[in-house]
Amino acid sequence: MKKLLLLTVFALATAVTYAGGYRVSLQGQRALAMGHTGVAVVNSAELGFFNPSGLVYLENRLNISAGGFGVFSDVVYQNEQTGDFARTDSPVGTPLYLYASYKVTDWLTMGLSVYTPYGSTVEWEDDWAGSHLVNNIDLAAIYVQPLVSVKLSPYFSVGGGPIYVTGSVNFNRNLNRTLSDIDGNRSNVTVDATGVSSWGWSASAMFSPTEKLRVGFNYRSEIILEAEGGEADFENIPNSPLTPFADTQFNAELPLPAEVTVGLSYQFFDKWLFAFDYNQTLWSVYESLDLEFADPNIPDSKNARNYKDSSIYRFGLQYDATDMFTLRAGYYFDESPVQEGYFAPETPRNDSNNFTAGLSIALNNHFAIDASFLYSRFKEIDASYDYYFENGQAVPFSGTYKSSAFAPGLGITYKL
Amino acid sequence: MKNYIKYLPFLALGIISCEPELDNPVDEIGFYSNGETDFSNYVALGNSLTAGYADGALYLTGQENSYPNIMAQQFAKVQETQMFTQPLVLDNAGGLLFAGNQIFANRRVLAVGADGNPSPQIYTGMQPTTDITNVLSGPFGNMGVPGAKSFHLITPSYGDISGVPVGTANPYFVRFASSPSTSVLADAVAQNPSFFSLFIGNNDILSYATSGGVGVDQTGNLNPATYGSNDITDPQVFASAYSTIVNAMVGTGADGALVNLPDVTSIPFFTTIPNNALVLDAATAANLTGFFRAVAGIFAQGAIRQGLDPAIAQGLAAQYAITFNAGPNRFLIEVPVSQTNPLGFRQMTAEELLVLTINRGALAQGYGSVMLTPAVMQVLGILQTGGTPTAEQAQLVLGAVSGIEDKDVLDKSELLAISTAQASYNATIKALAQANGLAFVDAKAVLAQVANGGVSYDGGNLTSTFVTGGAFSLDGVHPTPRGYALVANTIIEAINNTYNSTVPKVNIGSYGTVTLNNDVQ
Repeated sequence: MKKLLLLTVFALATAVTYAGGYRVSLQGQRALAMGHTGVAVVNSAELGFFNPSGLVYLENRLNISAGGFGVFSDVVYQNEQTGDFARTDSPVGTPLYLYASYKVTDWLTMGLSVYTPYGSTVEWEDDWAGSHLVNNIDLAAIYVQPLVSVKLSPYFSVGGGPIYVTGSVNFNRNLNRTLSDIDGNRSNVTVDATGVSSWGWSASAMFSPTEKLRVGFNYRSEIILEAEGGEADFENIPNSPLTPFADTQFNAELPLPAEVTVGLSYQFFDKWLFAFDYNQTLWSVYESLDLEFADPNIPDSKNARNYKDSSIYRFGLQYDATDMFTLRAGYYFDESPVQEGYFAPETPRNDSNNFTAGLSIALNNHFAIDASFLYSRFKEIDASYDYYFENGQAVPFSGTYKSSAFAPGLGITYKL
Repeated sequence: MKNYIKYLPFLALGIISCEPELDNPVDEIGFYSNGETDFSNYVALGNSLTAGYADGALYLTGQENSYPNIMAQQFAKVQETQMFTQPLVLDNAGGLLFAGNQIFANRRVLAVGADGNPSPQIYTGMQPTTDITNVLSGPFGNMGVPGAKSFHLITPSYGDISGVPVGTANPYFVRFASSPSTSVLADAVAQNPSFFSLFIGNNDILSYATSGGVGVDQTGNLNPATYGSNDITDPQVFASAYSTIVNAMVGTGADGALVNLPDVTSIPFFTTIPNNALVLDAATAANLTGFFRAVAGIFAQGAIRQGLDPAIAQGLAAQYAITFNAGPNRFLIEVPVSQTNPLGFRQMTAEELLVLTINRGALAQGYGSVMLTPAVMQVLGILQTGGTPTAEQAQLVLGAVSGIEDKDVLDKSELLAISTAQASYNATIKALAQANGLAFVDAKAVLAQVANGGVSYDGGNLTSTFVTGGAFSLDGVHPTPRGYALVANTIIEAINNTYNSTVPKVNIGSYGTVTLNNDVQ
């Protein structure tokens, strides 16, 4: 078990993708197939993420869910005035998850969850039109959370636990739109910080007034990743006292915002289950991405973000077709936290309509294979980032963006 | 499970088709229109401005940011085009070698001196590696030849290396001429272009101007073979050469754009050193005023002694009793000795210009006013106390006057010669554009805007202020990449207006200005 966990953590280190802001809603096959609902669905150990208080309602003593996704996500940019055109060539993201719960007594279940709710990988072609904002970014955060779930009455349970986060960020961009060395190579900086850790917590409750209706609530706290002493590597800097950009260290804070979820599930016609979740991600904590360089000759980098709290509306359906097959489908509307004028190409995300489906195949009483996929549909959007400055003058970076994302996933459920 | 494997390719297909696609992608042919013309085979004719010359040299990144290359990249967004080729040099040092010997200096860079002040310096970070004996095989879309005047483009053997030492050939053209006997125009026509641009004639007045007018205004001399390198080309010679070029290019069936000539006198080479940079405090101004009263007095006495009518002598002497005031004063310049100006100097007028290359250290030492040595001061003392200096002492005073030499200044008559020729050239260019239905590019108007108030862009205001204005490179004559981008946009706009095309312009804010580097000696 310990070895498995270690392996998982290593795998998760590369598990990143890009999403609304940098939230990656891919925390379980069964939940994703139902529009990533789950705050009121008692189904598997995926509750370890969606609503730990529900773990105590799982019938089996030991429940394990594990799996992963392949995220194929890209963005295309153009500016009709200039004919500039760019397309990201982002690597496939592979977010993974592992949830385990163990029923200690009828009223107490312990659990452990490992998941990656935040991350981002965007790779534009170096020196593209927006290279002064970002060439590429790779952001990853792994959450590890021991859990306890307590049944206070047949109708009501609570759960939660502390969260340990370890994260990393690697970000490269050109220093401005034009600076280059004598050979025309654009001056750029890479900031890199790994092993940045912090703590948070989550708490949840579930109310089950009848056997068919459940109502759930989950809150996951904000966690600020404070990168201290990260490496700032400046390249292609002109040999000039006017450009004193020597390699140095940097400090930065990256917020992983809190998320509140309320929802319900309702079982009908015996074999059908409907679920609805409402998420609010408290993105307004992300006001600015500021890099403070240790070298006093290098001006700090302030990058206004001014995100707003954003809502997600999720709907899911589940149908127990046979003893072996369970079919699922869902939809969610994901509201972007990015406000007008703050559309930065490092997290190029606008509102999306998301369609999901999936199934579980019960191989026997213990094992099931879970599969799901997500298709995110983004509208083409004319957007700009208006808070980049040259010599004190705002220089908006604008254009037309279109994103796409497709994420097939595979996992297993084990119960004993 | 095996049964499902056959569906994997479909799954992969689904993933590939998931690439985001815009409704109207600009990278698909048809988004922009070539209108009534054809950009598929573009050839640019011109001089250093066309070649991408900057900072006093031709170097790689300068060529990459030449306006023809910028335009060609935009043309390629409009339709399928041939790869636009340029006779690239080998390095970013600039400078040229002739059989291993350096014949042209390296580029300039903006270097910070020991005093902490940045100034243009010759880049010495590497030796030049481009040797003109290494002839490139073309053809090249960018036919810009630094140094070429209008008539040079139709001159056979302009690329014959044997003519380089004697000045009948151009080392830059030697590098990519298709044969020693060819002309620039012949090599351009041979490419059978679908579209051309022509920006030539600047050097027909510019070299005269940058040499401070030491050349000859050859107006009236119709044989360019007799011209010196700093001479003004006769307008008829210009018109003849220009129409020969246009007719030959149009004769291939090509459309094109003709670019007129900006005012050479509004470039930083002439606007950076003000003609009134003689800044004096009240005491020094009074000293100088006293000195020139003495000059006037000495001149009058000498003239009268030589038998000149005293009234006439006093009248001539009055021009030398120049008054200086606290604050800025205009410099003095040398002029030809004449009956009306027997001492051969005068103060500059408001419109007269100094060249960027003038020795500024000398200006601070009295060049452009007076070299006030102790001996001169002693003579002035004699005069102030009512004494009479000896003839030798008087000559000492007159000799202390240090007017600026002709090579460092453009005086009224030289400015007139330049503007007269320029106006004539530009009339020719406009008439030929109209007669042939070609796009006419008013570069003169755009440069005037840069020089007077500037051209605003998304990151500021582009002006012709030396070093900091952004439009001009460190030689004070040739644009920066951002300046060249503005040229490209200006030409594109004229093309779009003439041919109903929709070639997109570039964002000039994305192009750099002067290059910072401290690899200097």
